[in-house]
Amino acid sequence: MSDTGLGPEDVVGMLRAVARAVIDRVNVLTDADLAIGDGDHGIGMRRGFEAVLTSLDVGAPTIDAAFRLTGMAILANTGGAAGAVFGTLFTSGAKSLMGADRIDAEGIRRFLAAAQEGVAKRGGVIEGQKTMLDALAHAARATSDAADLTACLKAAAQGAQVGVEATKSMVATTGKARSLGERSLGYPDPGAISVAIILSAMRDYVSSGIDDIGGRNG
Amino acid sequence: MAKAVKKILNDPRKAVTEMIDGLVLASDGMTRRLPGLDAIVRNHLPEGKVALLIGGGSGHEPIFHGFVGHNLGDGAACGQFFAAPAPHIIYEAAKAVHRGKGILFLYGNYAGDNMNFDIAAEMLQDEGIDIRTVRVTDDVAAAPPERTHDRRGIAGDVLMIKITGAAAAALDSLDEVERVARKAVANVRSMGVAVSAGSIPETGKPTFELADDEIEVGMGAHGEAGIARQKLAPADAVAEALLDRILPDLPFAQGDEVALVINNLGATTMMEMLVVNRRIREVLQERGINVHRTEVGTWLTVQEMAGFSVTIMKLDAELKRFLDMPCHSVGFSRMGAA
Repeated sequence: MSDTGLGPEDVVGMLRAVARAVIDRVNVLTDADLAIGDGDHGIGMRRGFEAVLTSLDVGAPTIDAAFRLTGMAILANTGGAAGAVFGTLFTSGAKSLMGADRIDAEGIRRFLAAAQEGVAKRGGVIEGQKTMLDALAHAARATSDAADLTACLKAAAQGAQVGVEATKSMVATTGKARSLGERSLGYPDPGAISVAIILSAMRDYVSSGIDDIGGRNG
Repeated sequence: MAKAVKKILNDPRKAVTEMIDGLVLASDGMTRRLPGLDAIVRNHLPEGKVALLIGGGSGHEPIFHGFVGHNLGDGAACGQFFAAPAPHIIYEAAKAVHRGKGILFLYGNYAGDNMNFDIAAEMLQDEGIDIRTVRVTDDVAAAPPERTHDRRGIAGDVLMIKITGAAAAALDSLDEVERVARKAVANVRSMGVAVSAGSIPETGKPTFELADDEIEVGMGAHGEAGIARQKLAPADAVAEALLDRILPDLPFAQGDEVALVINNLGATTMMEMLVVNRRIREVLQERGINVHRTEVGTWLTVQEMAGFSVTIMKLDAELKRFLDMPCHSVGFSRMGAA
């Protein structure tokens, strides 16, 4: 399979697919958050990603602009901790792609590394605190050997899911779930689930039609 | 799936914005909404005034946005239900209340609020506007005393906005207003008890579940777990359990003068709170702690959550002065000291 990466137009298409995937899973996120939080993660994420769809309606001239517009729409419309960290995920990641005219495996690695650093700094969190950072960090590490974009996103999505599973055995030490202490054991972090949904949607978009995409843009 | 909770609303997704419209109208011209934004600001703010911006998630009315008014908050940034406001709402509200002397951000200590207010503060500081931040950390159930930075803000907000609002009206430097707010927050402690859950209108689901004969001592304002889930107990025992955690925490000592707040989380009756107040005053008297001012009412709510919290703040002459100044807003109005 030829895999030369995605241009701006396909990145917009991919991010729209991400937004639809998150919106479709609102009930999953609500239920996960009701278990260890106050249950507003799903509706917040839906609000943010509905704004992403609107924001990307006009397209984006560059790859970094597409990711930045996504982050800004989330930041402006989600609210709560989720708005700040998921907005930061995309805006920090976007900075690592400035000037890139295609995104390939190396671009995804740069994006995930920058997103992880940005989120950790904004949230004042480290791995192991039962947050979305656990999924993001697992995803970033999983991509180190991936040869092409398809393999890279497959590894990232799988890594994120490993991160989600890992949060089940963690005790929350930050955010509203912190006060649950031991009672948060056994439940996955809702934000980590969102990271897995986002990366899985990116994987599905690329693996379902990379030849087609390459044909359109190549 | 739990049955959706009954509420008299239109579209739940429009409830926050419709609530703000209603709040502005209830202020009879004292406040206005920023066009297209979930933010409310005072009309007629004098030039050269140190600005106080408050805010947080909606659904806790009348806090925070109902506390925008005379000698209280100058503006409030409103989030969705139980969720922090987005940075651009905070930014625009801050710009609207800024009168050249800088702005104090005052809000409850939650990860979402901290991040969103910090992002807005960075945007404003980039424009040369002096921003200071004081986070309310009064909930003793949230973390041990050595980790006050991990404590949530609950009904201590009422006294914090009252005192800081008065200070921001009376003092002419941001440094001084920040100093007063920091002194106040260092001296305020609270703890609550939940009897039944509130719900988020958009999901229609209660945020936690308690059995019919259970209460949770120390539960947070969004249903965050408290210290102990226990069988329903008499009012005196519950009042004592709260004071047992609040009083040693500062600690409050014989001879102290304090402000006392008993805050209804939404669905508890005034009768229950007054019964609780009776026992709290007895205990405080036994300990030689003198109550300078008592507030029993409904300020920081969690929708239809039943339960209440007790807040105590140790006062000095300066804090008493600001506490005793008159104030007026939709959610909280007081005559001056008698």
